[in-house]
Amino acid sequence: MSEPVLIGEAMTGGYGGADILHSCTIAVEKGEIAVIVGPNGAGKSTAMKAVFGMLKLREGQVRLLGEDISALTPQARVRKGMGFVPQTANIFPSMTVEENLEMGAFIREDNFRETMAQVFELFPILREKRRQAAGELSGGQRQQVAVGRALMTKPTVLMLDEPTAGVSPIVMDELFDRIIEVARTGISILMVEQNARQALAIADKGYVLVQGRNRYTDTGQALLADPEVRKSFLGG
Amino acid sequence: MEPINAFVALSNFVLIPAFAYGSQIALGALGITLIYGILRFAHFAHGDIMALGTGIVILTTWGLQAQGIGLGPFPTALLALPVGILGTILYLLAADRMVYRFYRKVKAKPMTFVMASLGVMFVTNGITRLIMGPSEERFDDGERFIISVREFRDWTGLAEGLALRSAQALTIVVALVAMVFLFWFLNRTRSGKSMRAYSDNEDLALLSGINPERVVVITWAIAGTLMVLAGTLYGLDKSYRPFTYFQLLLPFFAAAIVGGLGNPMGAIIGGYVVAFAEMGITYAWRRVVVYLAPEGWEPTGLMQILPVDYKFAVTFGILVLVLIFRPTGIFKGRTL
Repeated sequence: MSEPVLIGEAMTGGYGGADILHSCTIAVEKGEIAVIVGPNGAGKSTAMKAVFGMLKLREGQVRLLGEDISALTPQARVRKGMGFVPQTANIFPSMTVEENLEMGAFIREDNFRETMAQVFELFPILREKRRQAAGELSGGQRQQVAVGRALMTKPTVLMLDEPTAGVSPIVMDELFDRIIEVARTGISILMVEQNARQALAIADKGYVLVQGRNRYTDTGQALLADPEVRKSFLGG
Repeated sequence: MEPINAFVALSNFVLIPAFAYGSQIALGALGITLIYGILRFAHFAHGDIMALGTGIVILTTWGLQAQGIGLGPFPTALLALPVGILGTILYLLAADRMVYRFYRKVKAKPMTFVMASLGVMFVTNGITRLIMGPSEERFDDGERFIISVREFRDWTGLAEGLALRSAQALTIVVALVAMVFLFWFLNRTRSGKSMRAYSDNEDLALLSGINPERVVVITWAIAGTLMVLAGTLYGLDKSYRPFTYFQLLLPFFAAAIVGGLGNPMGAIIGGYVVAFAEMGITYAWRRVVVYLAPEGWEPTGLMQILPVDYKFAVTFGILVLVLIFRPTGIFKGRTL
């Protein structure tokens, strides 16, 4: 198999003291959606933070397009082509939607109007509300702003930390549809999800973590079909 | 009943002075609110650094006056402003390098920053005393009045006179220009937007590639400019005494909190609220009421709610009321 776009290989580490991740491997291929699921406290978000450089690894390596980026800061990884949408506080609330997107493109020296048009095409509601303060929007719309902001750097990989936390099921379906659309444009997507069933349904690859270790790794469909995974993690 | 005379008296003694004073407070409060929004601490050295910056302006003004350089009808201090602004910005950046940057690095609590700024305040106060001394200094020159009381009476034939001093007009014009420029900067330029982004969400700003140290430098530069403008205009309008400038800290903070900490528009509105309240409550209203009351009903007392010495009590009262009943201020700023 060729090298994936992004891979965190055999990652071991934690926030000082005891390790949270134990030789955990997460990878995503070009234009595919990889989803990390697992019970509470399984280290899902921690695994993603490790890939993004927000956690020091004792062992293992993170490679983006074959290049070892383990030593880079999160900011430097953004410049290398990683987009990250945090779970909370992922927008600039007092700034307008358009300004939020502009700030997303802050590191770009070239003209970003085209990318902004693409984001507006993906999320038409944002075009409509582009002069409104992002903090005044609904939860689902805010998530769209957050994803849009991260897309402004034209990332190779987009990482989403529980994008559907706290939004209604209808909004969740819509968000997932948009995420599939983003993946179709060739951007790889790595996301952590609480709503495991729905997330695995759209995933090309699923990672089930338990206590910081890879428990099951397979395609989303295969994991959904696996009776053991269903019983232990998807509630039957 | 002579409403015109009443209005002229009101303008002369309350409206015009309060508008000028409010503009001065607004400029100071803008600095407080920006520093609070970006650096996230209450900058207690504001008044004393303002005194130091204005001191530089005064020394430069005297130098220019000694050389015979002036601006004709305008105060020479306007020419000296750039020197004062530059000196103040350098001083603020030096303070940041030597004091605040360390606490940013160790991610100290806001209270630690406040205490550090208190230290900077004492040091600055000492430096100002060494250079300028504690006493009152005058540095205004040029035309004193745009309209004087006598001229106004001669023109209109009214009993009441109205004066518009050039320092008052200058304050209002300069403050307005500074505010318009500040809002243009914050809302239209990349640097300004990055400041607002940093104030809104520090982590996300870092993630977006905004350089925090650059944001900090710009913030000090803007705050320094506003301080020197406020201090110089206050000095021209009233007088310069370092201790008075230290005392201005109270109306500055009151204005920033009344408007909503971290919100520039709030700081401006808050500045005028504080100024008009101070003036309105400490003014002897008899002079106005005399013209409005029916014959024989003229008040015998001064109709002054509080003596002028208590003007800071008024500000303090507003501050306490706002903190009790609406701690986020008019424009929903942050709470201290």
